[in-house]
Amino acid sequence: MANKILIPTPLRPFTGKQDAVEVDGGTIGELLANLTSKYAGLKPHLYNEQGKLRSFVNVYLNDEDIRYLEKEKTAVKPGDTISIIPSVAGGARA
Amino acid sequence: MDQVMEQAKLTNDEVQRYSRHLIMPEVGVEGQLKLKAGSVLCIGAGGLGSPAALYLAAAGVGRIGIVDFDVVDFSNLQRQVIHGTSDVGRSKLASAKDRLHGLNPLITIDTYETALSSKNALDLFKPYDVILDGTDNFPTRYLTNDACVLLGKPNAYGSIFRFEGQASVFATKNGPCYRCLYPEPPPPGLVPSCAEGGVLGVLPGVIGTIQATEAVKLIMGIGEPLIGRFLIYDALRMKFRELKLKKDPDCPVCGTHPTVTALIDYEQFCGVAPAAEPVMTATQDDETEIDVRELKRKMDAKENFFLLDVREPNEYQIGRIPGSTLIPLGEVPQRYQEIPKDREVVVHCKMGGRSAKAAAFLRQQGFTSVKNLKGGILDWSDKIDPSVPKY
Repeated sequence: MANKILIPTPLRPFTGKQDAVEVDGGTIGELLANLTSKYAGLKPHLYNEQGKLRSFVNVYLNDEDIRYLEKEKTAVKPGDTISIIPSVAGGARA
Repeated sequence: MDQVMEQAKLTNDEVQRYSRHLIMPEVGVEGQLKLKAGSVLCIGAGGLGSPAALYLAAAGVGRIGIVDFDVVDFSNLQRQVIHGTSDVGRSKLASAKDRLHGLNPLITIDTYETALSSKNALDLFKPYDVILDGTDNFPTRYLTNDACVLLGKPNAYGSIFRFEGQASVFATKNGPCYRCLYPEPPPPGLVPSCAEGGVLGVLPGVIGTIQATEAVKLIMGIGEPLIGRFLIYDALRMKFRELKLKKDPDCPVCGTHPTVTALIDYEQFCGVAPAAEPVMTATQDDETEIDVRELKRKMDAKENFFLLDVREPNEYQIGRIPGSTLIPLGEVPQRYQEIPKDREVVVHCKMGGRSAKAAAFLRQQGFTSVKNLKGGILDWSDKIDPSVPKY
């Protein structure tokens, strides 16, 4: 079962410029593992060296933060959309 | 009776100027008086601060403060609409103040020509009702957030990158703060900066105006503020999405048992690189760098080396160093086999940040002789070939 993962602008260089990628998996963890094996360049941006999701990258199942669901064990249903939302600082120097 | 008294507080000039507010029941005289008594501090007079300050001034927010220490540059004018061509070279504060007073002479503009720091943030924020965060770097983002939480001031937050913007309202009494969303900043270098990534000129117009909208609503106490909601705008696809934000009870600043109870050193908080980043970390080792003069010497001496440009194709079109091969940083992990391992590799980008990451990555892949070009193509343009345009 493939789910859509929305890729934010800063990470699109690592998915061949695609803004959304279809990936298989039953949980958020499986989906992200498949995503990063398909697009290896994404891996260091999503995971730290201990293999944990980085704390400046948030993952949403539809509009809910997975930190308040079951984190990477959160089950995914067909039609669910996953969003990766990294922190972005852009604006003016001050 | 109350209304008569309140009406007396708006001058005839103000009634005329704000008439389109006054005839709306949601604003009316009462709302306009709240705006007149209200105040907003804009952190930065750049892409986000420009439209925000213009609309806040036009709307009649009685006191607008701006913190900035930059000078107007030609490359700002594509999006920083508060400044004009004749302002290039002036301080952004002087330029912004003139423009805002030209727009609305009835309000007060405070300018603070300083870098926001842990030493001055609380004093600067104290007199204002709402803080409008329009900065471009993580240390200032976290500093602004923490100062807002400590003082109990709402933070009308906006952030932009290329075609994508984010907005929310943080640090209200029961709402989440920026640290509930992102407890930690990314290590330096892992996320490209605005100067590297570029930004669509109209994007900050949308996001800055959303920030101003939220500031005005907060001051008047109307509508549904963007509290506990994270708005994401994709200009390219013209899509708005909204994600739910929760106040984190374990948040180090606004949680039930806060561990951050005073402002800290935010450069250190954001600048400490994790002990061992797996790939794509920048190194500062001098032996791994060369400068543009050394590169020119190598070229003149026809040394056998591979010049790798890790910028984006559109940057390559603006200008290039002769003999370079383009592989954008994001494609290096897939394409590094195209780079000869038996020759010295010199990597460059615009200023040296991205190329340092690429160089570190190549070394991890077993490339033994990789040098980063210090200062990038900008330095090349400055010192070797001024015909290469600076961007």
